Amino acid sequence: MRSAEQHGQAAAPFSYADDFSPALLDPEQAPPAVVCGPNGKAAKKRYNVYRNNVTVSLTDALAAVFPATQRITGRDFFRAMARFHVRSTPPTSPLLFEYGRDFPDFIERYEYAQQMPWLADVARIERAWLDAYHAADAEPLKAETLAGVAPERLADVVLTPHPSTRILRSRFPAVSIFAANRGDGPVGPIEATGPEDALVTRPHLEVIVRRLPPGGAIFLTHLVGGEPLGEAVAAALEENPQFDLPANIAGMIAAGAFTAIGGDGNDGR
Amino acid sequence: MNDLTAHPDRRASEASRFPAHAAEGLAGTSFKHEHLPAILAAGRQHCFFEVHAENYMGAGGPPHDALTRIRRDYPVSLHGVCMSIGGPQPLDKAHLGRFKSLIERYEPALVSEHLAWSTHETTFYNDLLPLPYTPATLTRVADHVSEVQEAIGRPILMENPSTYVLFAESTMSETAFLRELVRRTGCGLLLDINNVFVSATNHGYSALDYLADFPLEHVGEIHLAGHAEQSDDEGERLLIDSHDGPVANAVWKLFDRVIGQTGPIPTLVEWDSAIPEWPVLKAEAEAAQAILDRHAGGTRRGKVHAVG
Repeated sequence: MRSAEQHGQAAAPFSYADDFSPALLDPEQAPPAVVCGPNGKAAKKRYNVYRNNVTVSLTDALAAVFPATQRITGRDFFRAMARFHVRSTPPTSPLLFEYGRDFPDFIERYEYAQQMPWLADVARIERAWLDAYHAADAEPLKAETLAGVAPERLADVVLTPHPSTRILRSRFPAVSIFAANRGDGPVGPIEATGPEDALVTRPHLEVIVRRLPPGGAIFLTHLVGGEPLGEAVAAALEENPQFDLPANIAGMIAAGAFTAIGGDGNDGR
Repeated sequence: MNDLTAHPDRRASEASRFPAHAAEGLAGTSFKHEHLPAILAAGRQHCFFEVHAENYMGAGGPPHDALTRIRRDYPVSLHGVCMSIGGPQPLDKAHLGRFKSLIERYEPALVSEHLAWSTHETTFYNDLLPLPYTPATLTRVADHVSEVQEAIGRPILMENPSTYVLFAESTMSETAFLRELVRRTGCGLLLDINNVFVSATNHGYSALDYLADFPLEHVGEIHLAGHAEQSDDEGERLLIDSHDGPVANAVWKLFDRVIGQTGPIPTLVEWDSAIPEWPVLKAEAEAAQAILDRHAGGTRRGKVHAVG
Protein backbone atom coordinates (compact mmCIF):
# COMPACT_ATOMS: atom_id res chain seq x y z
CA MET A 1 0.00 0.00 0.00
CA ARG A 2 2.61 2.54 0.99
CA SER A 3 5.15 1.79 -1.70
CA ALA A 4 4.65 4.14 -4.63
CA GLU A 5 6.93 1.94 -6.73
CA GLN A 6 4.85 -1.13 -5.98
CA HIS A 7 1.73 0.78 -6.86
CA GLY A 8 3.27 1.90 -10.13
CA GLN A 9 4.17 -1.66 -11.06
CA ALA A 10 0.70 -2.89 -10.30
CA ALA A 11 -0.76 -0.24 -12.59
CA ALA A 12 1.71 -0.80 -15.44
CA PRO A 13 -0.27 -3.52 -17.28
CA PHE A 14 -3.06 -1.00 -17.67
CA SER A 15 -1.08 2.06 -18.70
CA TYR A 16 -1.50 1.30 -22.42
CA ALA A 17 -4.45 3.68 -22.89
CA ASP A 18 -2.58 6.46 -21.03
CA ASP A 19 0.35 5.87 -23.37
CA PHE A 20 -1.62 5.43 -26.57
CA SER A 21 -4.24 8.18 -26.39
CA PRO A 22 -2.51 11.59 -25.89
CA ALA A 23 -1.04 11.80 -29.39
CA LEU A 24 -4.31 10.77 -31.08
CA LEU A 25 -5.60 14.35 -31.14
CA ASP A 26 -2.23 16.09 -31.12
CA PRO A 27 -0.29 15.94 -34.39
CA GLU A 28 2.74 17.57 -32.72
CA GLN A 29 3.26 14.62 -30.36
CA ALA A 30 5.45 11.67 -31.30
CA PRO A 31 3.72 8.27 -31.61
CA PRO A 32 3.71 6.34 -28.33
CA ALA A 33 6.89 4.38 -27.58
CA VAL A 34 4.91 1.32 -26.45
CA VAL A 35 3.80 0.40 -29.98
CA CYS A 36 5.82 -0.92 -32.90
CA GLY A 37 5.52 -2.70 -36.23
CA PRO A 38 6.40 -6.40 -36.67
CA ASN A 39 10.08 -7.46 -36.74
CA GLY A 40 11.39 -4.12 -35.55
CA LYS A 41 9.47 -2.06 -38.13
CA ALA A 42 8.63 1.55 -37.29
CA ALA A 43 5.15 2.55 -36.20
CA LYS A 44 4.87 6.19 -37.25
CA LYS A 45 2.65 5.71 -40.30
CA ARG A 46 0.96 2.79 -38.58
CA TYR A 47 0.01 4.92 -35.58
CA ASN A 48 -1.08 7.66 -37.96
CA VAL A 49 -3.85 5.35 -39.19
CA TYR A 50 -5.48 5.63 -35.75
CA ARG A 51 -4.80 9.36 -35.57
CA ASN A 52 -6.41 9.83 -38.97
CA ASN A 53 -9.39 7.61 -38.10
CA VAL A 54 -10.08 9.62 -34.95
CA THR A 55 -9.75 13.09 -36.47
CA VAL A 56 -11.47 12.32 -39.77
CA SER A 57 -14.36 10.37 -38.25
CA LEU A 58 -15.07 13.08 -35.67
CA THR A 59 -14.82 15.80 -38.33
CA ASP A 60 -17.24 13.73 -40.45
CA ALA A 61 -19.54 13.53 -37.43
CA LEU A 62 -19.65 17.33 -37.18
CA ALA A 63 -20.24 17.61 -40.94
CA ALA A 64 -23.18 15.22 -40.57
CA VAL A 65 -24.73 17.31 -37.78
CA PHE A 66 -24.11 20.67 -39.52
CA PRO A 67 -24.67 20.18 -43.28
CA ALA A 68 -26.07 23.68 -43.96
CA THR A 69 -23.18 25.25 -42.06
CA GLN A 70 -20.76 23.28 -44.23
CA ARG A 71 -22.63 24.28 -47.38
CA ILE A 72 -22.33 27.96 -46.46
CA THR A 73 -18.61 27.85 -45.65
CA GLY A 74 -17.56 25.31 -48.26
CA ARG A 75 -16.05 21.94 -47.43
CA ASP A 76 -12.42 22.93 -46.86
CA PHE A 77 -13.27 25.87 -44.61
CA PHE A 78 -15.70 23.75 -42.62
CA ARG A 79 -13.29 20.84 -42.15
CA ALA A 80 -10.45 23.10 -41.02
CA MET A 81 -12.78 24.77 -38.51
CA ALA A 82 -14.21 21.42 -37.37
CA ARG A 83 -10.72 19.94 -36.95
CA PHE A 84 -9.79 22.73 -34.53
CA HIS A 85 -12.93 21.99 -32.55
CA VAL A 86 -12.41 18.21 -32.58
CA ARG A 87 -8.90 18.65 -31.20
CA SER A 88 -9.85 21.14 -28.50
CA THR A 89 -13.25 19.66 -27.57
CA PRO A 90 -13.46 15.95 -28.46
CA PRO A 91 -16.68 14.12 -27.58
CA THR A 92 -17.23 12.83 -24.07
CA SER A 93 -20.17 10.57 -24.97
CA PRO A 94 -20.05 7.50 -27.23
CA LEU A 95 -23.31 8.76 -28.76
CA LEU A 96 -22.11 10.87 -31.68
CA PHE A 97 -25.57 12.37 -32.21
CA GLU A 98 -24.93 14.21 -28.94
CA TYR A 99 -21.70 15.72 -30.28
CA GLY A 100 -21.30 19.34 -31.39
CA ARG A 101 -23.23 21.12 -28.64
CA ASP A 102 -20.28 23.46 -28.10
CA PHE A 103 -19.62 23.90 -31.81
CA PRO A 104 -21.91 26.93 -32.42
CA ASP A 105 -20.17 28.85 -29.60
CA PHE A 106 -16.83 27.82 -31.09
CA ILE A 107 -17.94 29.14 -34.50
CA GLU A 108 -18.89 32.45 -32.88
CA ARG A 109 -15.32 32.81 -31.58
CA TYR A 110 -13.56 31.30 -34.61
CA GLU A 111 -11.28 33.93 -36.10
CA TYR A 112 -11.95 33.12 -39.74
CA ALA A 113 -15.76 33.03 -39.34
CA GLN A 114 -16.07 36.62 -38.11
CA GLN A 115 -17.26 37.73 -41.57
CA MET A 116 -20.30 35.47 -41.16
CA PRO A 117 -21.84 36.53 -37.85
CA TRP A 118 -25.03 34.57 -38.62
CA LEU A 119 -23.17 31.27 -39.03
CA ALA A 120 -23.29 30.28 -35.34
CA ASP A 121 -27.07 30.75 -35.27
CA VAL A 122 -27.51 28.57 -38.36
CA ALA A 123 -25.42 25.93 -36.54
CA ARG A 124 -27.63 26.31 -33.45
CA ILE A 125 -30.70 25.56 -35.56
CA GLU A 126 -28.95 22.48 -36.99
CA ARG A 127 -28.02 21.22 -33.53
CA ALA A 128 -31.65 21.72 -32.41
CA TRP A 129 -32.81 19.91 -35.58
CA LEU A 130 -30.84 16.79 -34.53
CA ASP A 131 -32.12 17.00 -30.95
CA ALA A 132 -35.66 17.09 -32.29
CA TYR A 133 -34.90 14.15 -34.63
CA HIS A 134 -33.83 11.91 -31.72
CA ALA A 135 -36.28 13.25 -29.11
CA ALA A 136 -38.85 10.95 -27.51
CA ASP A 137 -41.99 10.32 -29.55
CA ALA A 138 -45.25 11.85 -28.32
CA GLU A 139 -48.67 12.65 -29.77
CA PRO A 140 -49.02 16.40 -30.33
CA LEU A 141 -51.82 18.43 -28.75
CA LYS A 142 -54.99 18.55 -30.86
CA ALA A 143 -56.66 21.85 -31.67
CA GLU A 144 -59.97 20.44 -30.36
CA THR A 145 -58.46 19.82 -26.94
CA LEU A 146 -57.51 23.45 -26.57
CA ALA A 147 -60.82 24.57 -28.07
CA GLY A 148 -62.61 22.56 -25.39
CA VAL A 149 -61.27 24.74 -22.57
CA ALA A 150 -63.86 27.13 -21.11
CA PRO A 151 -63.02 30.72 -22.15
CA GLU A 152 -62.80 31.94 -18.54
CA ARG A 153 -60.18 29.28 -17.76
CA LEU A 154 -58.05 29.86 -20.86
CA ALA A 155 -55.66 32.36 -19.26
CA ASP A 156 -54.73 29.78 -16.61
CA VAL A 157 -53.99 26.96 -19.02
CA VAL A 158 -50.50 25.46 -18.75
CA LEU A 159 -49.19 23.30 -21.62
CA THR A 160 -46.83 20.31 -21.68
CA PRO A 161 -44.11 20.85 -24.29
CA HIS A 162 -43.43 18.14 -26.85
CA PRO A 163 -40.02 16.49 -26.14
CA SER A 164 -38.77 17.70 -29.54
CA THR A 165 -39.68 21.40 -29.11
CA ARG A 166 -36.82 23.91 -29.33
CA ILE A 167 -36.99 27.71 -29.70
CA LEU A 168 -34.03 29.69 -31.03
CA ARG A 169 -33.69 33.45 -31.39
CA SER A 170 -31.32 35.11 -33.81
CA ARG A 171 -30.28 38.71 -34.45
CA PHE A 172 -29.90 37.60 -38.08
CA PRO A 173 -32.17 35.96 -40.68
CA ALA A 174 -30.81 32.59 -39.52
CA VAL A 175 -33.97 30.62 -40.36
CA SER A 176 -34.01 31.83 -43.97
CA ILE A 177 -30.29 31.10 -44.34
CA PHE A 178 -30.73 27.66 -42.77
CA ALA A 179 -33.68 26.84 -45.03
CA ALA A 180 -31.85 27.96 -48.17
CA ASN A 181 -28.78 25.86 -47.41
CA ARG A 182 -30.12 22.75 -45.75
CA GLY A 183 -31.17 20.85 -48.87
CA ASP A 184 -29.36 19.89 -52.05
CA GLY A 185 -31.28 22.31 -54.29
CA PRO A 186 -29.98 25.61 -55.60
CA VAL A 187 -29.53 28.43 -53.10
CA GLY A 188 -31.58 31.39 -54.34
CA PRO A 189 -31.01 34.95 -53.18
CA ILE A 190 -31.93 35.43 -49.51
CA GLU A 191 -34.10 38.56 -49.28
CA ALA A 192 -34.50 38.55 -45.49
CA THR A 193 -32.30 40.93 -43.52
CA GLY A 194 -33.93 41.25 -40.10
CA PRO A 195 -33.76 39.07 -37.00
CA GLU A 196 -35.55 35.73 -37.11
CA ASP A 197 -36.71 33.27 -34.46
CA ALA A 198 -37.04 29.55 -35.09
CA LEU A 199 -39.39 26.92 -33.75
CA VAL A 200 -38.04 23.39 -34.20
CA THR A 201 -40.43 20.47 -33.64
CA ARG A 202 -40.96 16.86 -34.67
CA PRO A 203 -44.63 16.00 -34.08
CA HIS A 204 -44.30 12.75 -36.05
CA LEU A 205 -41.34 11.51 -38.14
CA GLU A 206 -40.43 14.77 -39.93
CA VAL A 207 -38.51 17.54 -38.22
CA ILE A 208 -40.14 20.94 -38.87
CA VAL A 209 -38.26 24.26 -38.68
CA ARG A 210 -40.58 27.31 -38.76
CA ARG A 211 -39.89 31.01 -38.67
CA LEU A 212 -41.91 32.43 -35.79
CA PRO A 213 -44.16 35.49 -36.20
CA PRO A 214 -43.46 38.64 -34.13
CA GLY A 215 -43.65 37.92 -30.41
CA GLY A 216 -43.89 34.19 -31.08
CA ALA A 217 -40.57 33.27 -29.50
CA ILE A 218 -41.27 35.05 -26.21
CA PHE A 219 -44.81 33.59 -26.16
CA LEU A 220 -43.60 30.01 -26.67
CA THR A 221 -40.61 30.38 -24.36
CA HIS A 222 -42.97 31.32 -21.54
CA LEU A 223 -45.30 28.42 -22.33
CA VAL A 224 -42.46 25.91 -22.57
CA GLY A 225 -41.19 27.29 -19.26
CA GLY A 226 -44.47 26.25 -17.66
CA GLU A 227 -46.13 29.63 -17.37
CA PRO A 228 -49.88 29.98 -17.95
CA LEU A 229 -51.23 31.15 -21.28
CA GLY A 230 -52.32 34.54 -19.92
CA GLU A 231 -48.83 35.40 -18.77
CA ALA A 232 -47.27 34.18 -22.03
CA VAL A 233 -49.63 36.44 -23.98
CA ALA A 234 -48.83 39.42 -21.74
CA ALA A 235 -45.10 38.89 -22.19
CA ALA A 236 -45.48 38.60 -25.96
CA LEU A 237 -47.58 41.78 -26.18
CA GLU A 238 -45.07 43.63 -24.06
CA GLU A 239 -42.30 42.72 -26.47
CA ASN A 240 -44.37 43.26 -29.57
CA PRO A 241 -47.77 45.04 -29.57
CA GLN A 242 -48.56 43.45 -32.94
CA PHE A 243 -48.51 39.97 -31.41
CA ASP A 244 -51.32 37.99 -33.07
CA LEU A 245 -52.65 35.43 -30.58
CA PRO A 246 -54.90 33.35 -32.89
CA ALA A 247 -52.16 33.06 -35.53
CA ASN A 248 -49.58 32.04 -32.93
CA ILE A 249 -51.85 29.42 -31.39
CA ALA A 250 -52.68 28.02 -34.82
CA GLY A 251 -48.95 27.90 -35.64
CA MET A 252 -47.95 26.14 -32.45
CA ILE A 253 -50.72 23.54 -32.89
CA ALA A 254 -49.74 22.92 -36.52
CA ALA A 255 -46.09 22.55 -35.50
CA GLY A 256 -46.95 20.11 -32.71
CA ALA A 257 -45.02 22.12 -30.11
CA PHE A 258 -47.07 20.80 -27.18
CA THR A 259 -48.58 17.48 -26.21
CA ALA A 260 -51.23 18.19 -23.59
CA ILE A 261 -52.90 20.63 -21.28
CA GLY A 262 -51.38 20.52 -17.82
CA GLY A 263 -47.89 21.10 -16.56
CA ASP A 264 -47.11 17.48 -15.75
CA GLY A 265 -43.96 16.23 -17.40
CA ASN A 266 -42.79 19.79 -17.99
CA ASP A 267 -39.02 19.74 -17.74
CA GLY A 268 -38.66 23.48 -17.98
CA ARG A 269 -36.81 23.52 -21.29
CA MET B 1 -39.40 -16.38 -9.01
CA ASN B 2 -41.40 -15.89 -12.19
CA ASP B 3 -40.83 -15.68 -15.92
CA LEU B 4 -40.18 -11.93 -15.77
CA THR B 5 -36.83 -12.60 -14.15
CA ALA B 6 -35.10 -12.87 -17.49
CA HIS B 7 -36.38 -9.45 -18.53
CA PRO B 8 -36.88 -7.56 -15.27
CA ASP B 9 -37.57 -4.27 -17.02
CA ARG B 10 -40.17 -5.61 -19.40
CA ARG B 11 -43.52 -4.09 -18.54
CA ALA B 12 -46.53 -6.31 -18.81
CA SER B 13 -48.28 -3.61 -20.84
CA GLU B 14 -45.55 -3.48 -23.46
CA ALA B 15 -46.61 -4.14 -27.05
CA SER B 16 -46.36 -7.68 -28.35
CA ARG B 17 -42.92 -9.08 -28.96
CA PHE B 18 -41.37 -9.35 -32.38
CA PRO B 19 -41.39 -12.69 -34.21
CA ALA B 20 -38.40 -14.85 -33.28
CA HIS B 21 -36.60 -14.68 -36.64
CA ALA B 22 -33.35 -16.71 -36.53
CA ALA B 23 -30.18 -15.84 -38.45
CA GLU B 24 -29.04 -19.47 -38.86
CA GLY B 25 -27.58 -20.16 -42.28
CA LEU B 26 -28.22 -16.62 -43.52
CA ALA B 27 -26.11 -13.92 -45.07
CA GLY B 28 -26.92 -10.30 -44.22
CA THR B 29 -25.87 -6.72 -44.65
CA SER B 30 -25.38 -3.60 -42.60
CA PHE B 31 -28.71 -1.76 -42.36
CA LYS B 32 -28.49 1.78 -43.74
CA HIS B 33 -31.49 4.10 -43.48
CA GLU B 34 -31.11 5.29 -47.07
CA HIS B 35 -31.77 1.69 -48.16
CA LEU B 36 -35.07 1.35 -46.27
CA PRO B 37 -37.39 2.28 -49.19
CA ALA B 38 -35.56 -0.13 -51.53
CA ILE B 39 -35.62 -2.92 -48.94
CA LEU B 40 -39.34 -2.47 -48.29
CA ALA B 41 -40.08 -2.26 -52.02
CA ALA B 42 -38.17 -5.47 -52.75
CA GLY B 43 -40.47 -7.51 -50.50
CA ARG B 44 -39.44 -10.10 -47.98
CA GLN B 45 -35.94 -11.41 -48.65
CA HIS B 46 -33.82 -14.23 -47.33
CA CYS B 47 -31.29 -12.31 -45.21
CA PHE B 48 -30.63 -10.56 -41.92
CA PHE B 49 -29.61 -7.02 -41.01
CA GLU B 50 -27.03 -5.69 -38.61
CA VAL B 51 -27.17 -2.30 -36.91
CA HIS B 52 -24.68 -0.39 -34.80
CA ALA B 53 -26.26 -0.23 -31.37
CA GLU B 54 -25.20 3.37 -30.67
CA ASN B 55 -27.24 4.71 -33.60
CA TYR B 56 -30.42 3.56 -31.83
CA MET B 57 -29.69 4.95 -28.39
CA GLY B 58 -31.71 8.13 -28.88
CA ALA B 59 -35.09 8.39 -27.17
CA GLY B 60 -37.25 8.17 -30.29
CA GLY B 61 -37.71 9.38 -33.83
CA PRO B 62 -37.02 7.92 -37.29
CA PRO B 63 -34.17 5.57 -36.24
CA HIS B 64 -36.49 3.55 -33.99
CA ASP B 65 -39.26 3.64 -36.55
CA ALA B 66 -36.94 2.22 -39.23
CA LEU B 67 -35.45 -0.46 -36.98
CA THR B 68 -38.92 -1.52 -35.85
CA ARG B 69 -40.00 -2.01 -39.47
CA ILE B 70 -36.89 -4.06 -40.22
CA ARG B 71 -37.11 -6.11 -37.03
CA ARG B 72 -40.71 -7.15 -37.78
CA ASP B 73 -39.65 -9.00 -40.93
CA TYR B 74 -36.00 -9.92 -40.42
CA PRO B 75 -33.53 -11.27 -37.90
CA VAL B 76 -31.48 -8.37 -36.54
CA SER B 77 -27.93 -8.44 -35.27
CA LEU B 78 -27.11 -5.77 -32.69
CA HIS B 79 -23.47 -4.79 -33.04
CA GLY B 80 -22.02 -2.64 -30.26
CA VAL B 81 -19.18 -0.40 -31.34
CA CYS B 82 -18.49 1.85 -28.34
CA MET B 83 -18.57 -0.23 -25.13
CA SER B 84 -14.77 0.05 -24.83
CA ILE B 85 -14.57 -3.49 -23.44
CA GLY B 86 -10.84 -3.61 -24.20
CA GLY B 87 -10.10 -0.48 -22.19
CA PRO B 88 -8.48 -0.48 -18.77
CA GLN B 89 -11.12 1.65 -17.07
CA PRO B 90 -14.48 0.42 -15.75
CA LEU B 91 -17.31 0.11 -18.26
CA ASP B 92 -19.65 3.09 -18.60
CA LYS B 93 -22.68 1.92 -16.62
CA ALA B 94 -25.05 4.33 -18.37
CA HIS B 95 -23.92 3.01 -21.76
CA LEU B 96 -24.30 -0.59 -20.60
CA GLY B 97 -27.83 0.29 -19.43
CA ARG B 98 -28.69 1.70 -22.86
CA PHE B 99 -27.30 -1.44 -24.54
CA LYS B 100 -29.41 -3.63 -22.26
CA SER B 101 -32.55 -1.59 -23.02
CA LEU B 102 -32.02 -1.97 -26.76
CA ILE B 103 -31.68 -5.74 -26.42
CA GLU B 104 -34.89 -5.89 -24.40
CA ARG B 105 -36.70 -3.72 -26.90
CA TYR B 106 -35.61 -5.41 -30.13
CA GLU B 107 -34.76 -8.99 -29.04
CA PRO B 108 -31.93 -9.32 -31.58
CA ALA B 109 -30.90 -12.71 -32.96
CA LEU B 110 -27.23 -11.85 -32.48
CA VAL B 111 -25.41 -9.50 -30.08
CA SER B 112 -21.76 -8.58 -30.49
CA GLU B 113 -19.00 -6.18 -29.40
CA HIS B 114 -15.30 -5.64 -30.09
CA LEU B 115 -11.96 -6.62 -28.61
CA ALA B 116 -10.90 -2.95 -28.59
CA TRP B 117 -11.33 0.30 -26.67
CA SER B 118 -12.68 3.67 -27.75
CA THR B 119 -13.06 5.75 -24.58
CA HIS B 120 -10.28 6.71 -22.20
CA GLU B 121 -10.80 8.89 -19.16
CA THR B 122 -13.53 11.21 -20.46
CA THR B 123 -12.72 11.27 -24.18
CA PHE B 124 -14.57 9.19 -26.76
CA TYR B 125 -12.19 8.64 -29.71
CA ASN B 126 -14.69 7.03 -32.11
CA ASP B 127 -12.21 4.40 -33.27
CA LEU B 128 -11.50 0.79 -32.32
CA LEU B 129 -8.15 1.14 -30.56
CA PRO B 130 -5.77 -1.75 -29.83
CA LEU B 131 -4.66 -3.29 -26.55
CA PRO B 132 -1.69 -5.41 -25.49
CA TYR B 133 -2.40 -9.11 -25.05
CA THR B 134 -1.14 -10.11 -21.59
CA PRO B 135 -2.51 -12.19 -18.70
CA ALA B 136 -3.41 -8.93 -16.93
CA THR B 137 -5.35 -7.42 -19.83
CA LEU B 138 -7.04 -10.79 -20.42
CA THR B 139 -8.34 -10.76 -16.85
CA ARG B 140 -9.62 -7.20 -17.25
CA VAL B 141 -11.32 -7.89 -20.60
CA ALA B 142 -12.87 -11.10 -19.22
CA ASP B 143 -14.28 -9.12 -16.28
CA HIS B 144 -15.78 -6.60 -18.71
CA VAL B 145 -17.29 -9.31 -20.94
CA SER B 146 -18.78 -11.04 -17.89
CA GLU B 147 -20.22 -7.73 -16.69
CA VAL B 148 -21.90 -7.14 -20.06
CA GLN B 149 -23.26 -10.68 -20.24
CA GLU B 150 -24.64 -10.48 -16.71
CA ALA B 151 -26.31 -7.17 -17.48
CA ILE B 152 -27.99 -8.35 -20.67
CA GLY B 153 -28.67 -11.91 -19.52
CA ARG B 154 -27.18 -13.61 -22.60
CA PRO B 155 -23.77 -14.33 -24.14
CA ILE B 156 -22.19 -11.91 -26.59
CA LEU B 157 -19.93 -12.50 -29.56
CA MET B 158 -16.54 -10.76 -29.35
CA GLU B 159 -14.96 -9.60 -32.61
CA ASN B 160 -11.29 -9.91 -33.53
CA PRO B 161 -9.91 -6.46 -34.48
CA SER B 162 -8.05 -5.02 -37.45
CA THR B 163 -4.77 -3.67 -36.07
CA TYR B 164 -1.99 -1.49 -37.46
CA VAL B 165 0.48 -1.60 -34.56
CA LEU B 166 1.73 -4.18 -32.06
CA PHE B 167 2.50 -3.70 -28.37
CA ALA B 168 6.02 -4.65 -27.30
CA GLU B 169 4.59 -5.87 -23.99
CA SER B 170 2.19 -8.43 -25.54
CA THR B 171 2.97 -11.97 -24.40
CA MET B 172 0.00 -13.81 -25.94
CA SER B 173 -1.18 -14.26 -29.51
CA GLU B 174 -4.56 -12.78 -30.39
CA THR B 175 -5.99 -16.26 -31.01
CA ALA B 176 -4.74 -17.54 -27.63
CA PHE B 177 -6.20 -14.42 -25.99
CA LEU B 178 -9.61 -14.95 -27.62
CA ARG B 179 -9.62 -18.68 -26.89
CA GLU B 180 -8.97 -18.03 -23.20
CA LEU B 181 -11.57 -15.23 -23.16
CA VAL B 182 -14.18 -17.71 -24.41
CA ARG B 183 -13.14 -20.29 -21.82
CA ARG B 184 -13.36 -17.84 -18.94
CA THR B 185 -16.56 -16.01 -19.84
CA GLY B 186 -18.58 -18.36 -22.03
CA CYS B 187 -18.80 -15.67 -24.70
CA GLY B 188 -18.85 -16.56 -28.38
CA LEU B 189 -16.78 -15.04 -31.18
CA LEU B 190 -17.50 -12.89 -34.18
CA LEU B 191 -14.87 -13.82 -36.74
CA ASP B 192 -14.17 -10.85 -39.00
CA ILE B 193 -12.31 -12.43 -41.91
CA ASN B 194 -11.44 -9.08 -43.45
CA ASN B 195 -9.86 -8.10 -40.12
CA VAL B 196 -7.89 -11.36 -40.15
CA PHE B 197 -6.60 -10.59 -43.63
CA VAL B 198 -5.83 -6.93 -42.80
CA SER B 199 -3.99 -7.73 -39.56
CA ALA B 200 -2.11 -10.68 -41.08
CA THR B 201 -0.91 -8.50 -43.98
CA ASN B 202 0.00 -5.63 -41.66
CA HIS B 203 1.94 -7.78 -39.25
CA GLY B 204 3.51 -10.21 -41.71
CA TYR B 205 1.91 -13.50 -40.69
CA SER B 206 -0.26 -15.94 -42.61
CA ALA B 207 -4.04 -15.48 -42.43
CA LEU B 208 -4.38 -19.26 -42.85
CA ASP B 209 -2.16 -19.91 -39.83
CA TYR B 210 -4.24 -17.45 -37.82
CA LEU B 211 -7.46 -19.18 -38.86
CA ALA B 212 -5.97 -22.62 -38.14
CA ASP B 213 -5.38 -21.44 -34.57
CA PHE B 214 -8.75 -19.65 -34.23
CA PRO B 215 -11.37 -21.46 -32.09
CA LEU B 216 -13.85 -21.78 -34.98
CA GLU B 217 -16.21 -23.94 -32.91
CA HIS B 218 -17.11 -20.80 -30.91
CA VAL B 219 -17.86 -18.56 -33.88
CA GLY B 220 -21.48 -17.38 -33.94
CA GLU B 221 -21.16 -14.82 -36.73
CA ILE B 222 -18.78 -13.88 -39.54
CA HIS B 223 -18.05 -10.41 -40.91
CA LEU B 224 -16.81 -9.65 -44.41
CA ALA B 225 -15.91 -6.16 -45.63
CA GLY B 226 -13.78 -4.21 -48.05
CA HIS B 227 -10.40 -2.72 -47.18
CA ALA B 228 -8.16 0.01 -48.56
CA GLU B 229 -4.44 -0.05 -49.19
CA GLN B 230 -1.72 2.32 -47.95
CA SER B 231 1.95 1.81 -47.12
CA ASP B 232 3.91 1.66 -43.87
CA ASP B 233 7.13 3.50 -42.95
CA GLU B 234 9.16 0.91 -44.86
CA GLY B 235 7.06 1.37 -48.01
CA GLU B 236 5.37 -2.00 -47.63
CA ARG B 237 1.65 -2.70 -47.92
CA LEU B 238 -0.46 -1.53 -44.98
CA LEU B 239 -4.14 -2.46 -45.23
CA ILE B 240 -6.86 -0.29 -43.74
CA ASP B 241 -10.19 -1.70 -42.53
CA SER B 242 -12.19 0.93 -44.41
CA HIS B 243 -15.60 -0.75 -45.04
CA ASP B 244 -15.94 1.40 -48.16
CA GLY B 245 -15.91 -1.09 -51.00
CA PRO B 246 -16.56 -4.67 -52.11
CA VAL B 247 -15.09 -7.67 -50.30
CA ALA B 248 -11.61 -8.55 -51.66
CA ASN B 249 -11.04 -11.82 -53.54
CA ALA B 250 -8.52 -13.03 -50.96
CA VAL B 251 -11.13 -12.53 -48.23
CA TRP B 252 -13.78 -14.46 -50.22
CA LYS B 253 -11.31 -17.36 -50.54
CA LEU B 254 -10.61 -17.42 -46.82
CA PHE B 255 -14.36 -17.28 -46.15
CA ASP B 256 -14.99 -20.23 -48.45
CA ARG B 257 -12.35 -22.27 -46.62
CA VAL B 258 -13.73 -21.40 -43.18
CA ILE B 259 -17.31 -22.28 -44.14
CA GLY B 260 -16.07 -25.50 -45.79
CA GLN B 261 -14.69 -26.41 -42.41
CA THR B 262 -17.49 -25.20 -40.13
CA GLY B 263 -20.65 -25.37 -42.24
CA PRO B 264 -22.91 -22.30 -42.55
CA ILE B 265 -22.51 -19.49 -39.99
CA PRO B 266 -24.54 -16.22 -40.14
CA THR B 267 -22.41 -13.96 -42.32
CA LEU B 268 -22.60 -10.21 -42.63
CA VAL B 269 -21.25 -7.96 -45.36
CA GLU B 270 -20.34 -4.60 -43.77
CA TRP B 271 -20.34 -1.43 -45.82
CA ASP B 272 -20.25 1.77 -43.75
CA SER B 273 -18.66 4.42 -45.95
CA ALA B 274 -19.16 5.38 -49.62
CA ILE B 275 -22.37 3.36 -49.28
CA PRO B 276 -23.64 2.06 -52.64
CA GLU B 277 -27.21 1.57 -53.84
CA TRP B 278 -29.01 -1.29 -52.12
CA PRO B 279 -28.71 -3.77 -55.06
CA VAL B 280 -24.89 -3.52 -54.96
CA LEU B 281 -24.75 -4.31 -51.25
CA LYS B 282 -27.41 -7.00 -51.61
CA ALA B 283 -25.35 -8.65 -54.38
CA GLU B 284 -22.41 -8.95 -51.97
CA ALA B 285 -24.69 -10.67 -49.45
CA GLU B 286 -26.00 -12.97 -52.20
CA ALA B 287 -22.43 -13.98 -53.03
CA ALA B 288 -21.91 -14.85 -49.35
CA GLN B 289 -25.23 -16.72 -49.28
CA ALA B 290 -24.16 -18.82 -52.29
CA ILE B 291 -21.05 -19.94 -50.42
CA LEU B 292 -23.07 -20.72 -47.27
CA ASP B 293 -25.58 -22.73 -49.31
CA ARG B 294 -22.87 -24.64 -51.15
CA HIS B 295 -21.50 -25.89 -47.84
CA ALA B 296 -24.87 -26.48 -46.17
CA GLY B 297 -25.53 -30.09 -45.23
CA GLY B 298 -21.84 -30.91 -45.60
CA THR B 299 -19.72 -30.54 -42.51
CA ARG B 300 -21.71 -30.41 -39.32
CA ARG B 301 -20.16 -28.04 -36.90
CA GLY B 302 -20.03 -28.88 -33.23
CA LYS B 303 -22.22 -26.03 -32.12
CA VAL B 304 -21.19 -24.78 -28.71
CA HIS B 305 -23.04 -21.50 -28.42
CA ALA B 306 -26.69 -20.77 -28.70
CA VAL B 307 -26.70 -17.65 -30.83
CA GLY B 308 -30.43 -17.26 -31.30
